[in-house]
Amino acid sequence: MLDKEAIAKRIAKEIQHNSYVNLGIGIPTLVANYIPKNIAVCFQSENGLLGMGPFPTEAEVDADLINAGKQTITMLPGAALFDSAMSFGMIHAQKIDLTILGAMEVSENGDIANWKIPGKMVKGMGGAMDLVASAKNIIVAMQHVNKDGESKLLPNCTLPLTGIRCVKKIVTELAVLAVLPKGGFKLLERAPGVSVETIKKATLGKLIIEGEIPEMVFD
Amino acid sequence: MINKKVANAEEAISDIKDGDTLMLGGFGLCGIPENCIAALVKKGIKNLTCISNNAGVDDFGIGLMLQQKQVKKMVSSYVGENAEFERQLLSGELDVELIPQGTLAFRCMAAGYGMPAIFTPAGIGTEVAIGKEIRNFNGKDYLLEKAFEANFAIVKAWKGDTAGNLIFKATSRNFNTVMAMAGKITIAEVEELVAPGELDPNQIHVPGVYIHRIFQGSDYEKRIEKKTVSK
Repeated sequence: MLDKEAIAKRIAKEIQHNSYVNLGIGIPTLVANYIPKNIAVCFQSENGLLGMGPFPTEAEVDADLINAGKQTITMLPGAALFDSAMSFGMIHAQKIDLTILGAMEVSENGDIANWKIPGKMVKGMGGAMDLVASAKNIIVAMQHVNKDGESKLLPNCTLPLTGIRCVKKIVTELAVLAVLPKGGFKLLERAPGVSVETIKKATLGKLIIEGEIPEMVFD
Repeated sequence: MINKKVANAEEAISDIKDGDTLMLGGFGLCGIPENCIAALVKKGIKNLTCISNNAGVDDFGIGLMLQQKQVKKMVSSYVGENAEFERQLLSGELDVELIPQGTLAFRCMAAGYGMPAIFTPAGIGTEVAIGKEIRNFNGKDYLLEKAFEANFAIVKAWKGDTAGNLIFKATSRNFNTVMAMAGKITIAEVEELVAPGELDPNQIHVPGVYIHRIFQGSDYEKRIEKKTVSK
């Protein structure tokens, strides 16, 4: 089973050279720590920044410079600042290559629910509905099952949707899965030491298993 | 040169009244109009509709107005940092319209560009789309979202001149530019107010034509919501 850092590390391998990437709050934020040295990537923060850098030192902290998770950050050389309209303009114009975000549920046709639990959690969708409606590639980072042990990979989402038919890949503590265009979670890789049987038990939606499923490889 | 200068926040907001619709710039606590919020709290105006990406935190930003029960309705994209907001919402005291963040920005932008509406794919297939017109362009569905109408927009800039030209710093630009353009009356508070000619016209983010009142704010706290540092 992978911990959060290992999930982030595995997702980092998905990032293409010379790409623009938006990272959501939580595990996705950790992905920035594991980008291979030979990969050039530019992180977008949807509150208005391309070229987001690491957290500042105490001396560098600037209240006017935060990321979409409201954390203090820095800018890398070549960074650019803009307003919220341009930020979502570049998202909807598909200039951002990859969105990595968390989810409460994903369905076997790629629907995602991650913004609301009726009667319980009222936080709002933030930029998630925009990102999932337009990103060219969407990878979800999440736990395979919820706190009650119920699968989060479902035939249909039960929670209010954030977007439809948009998730392309899922990385959990157990597995890497592709969401096929015709529907179904195709098992691509197992976490080290995790059996196909364990993944089957944790997946309520249609799971597609073809041939031997390799274990994830970490550098 | 046209002069938009007013003395302070109290004068700038003097004609805002019960029941008005306000836009308030900022993202989280970054780039919020602290001085005007304090003046609105002091004035005690009620039944306000506030269009703002977030609702502040319990004891700062719009959270201060929520504490005083001045807000009837919030239009926001994310309100996760405010427990009092969540309490008022779940108890039914507060009406809220949660909308996608891009939709919030584009509805402001549309108002500032004189466009009645925009089309966006954000929210297609979700409860956000309920009751809205959907159009298909090139095989993809889009929602029709109307331009906001707000009596007042209140924004915070880094520098401004008395002609109303504004310059923003770092990510405090966020919704401030599009909201500045969208208000029927726009109030700008700035950290530094200078005479016309002192700002480089090449650097202006919002031209003064959109601004009706401007003043130099004071005692900015600039509270940081999540201070994260690297070792």
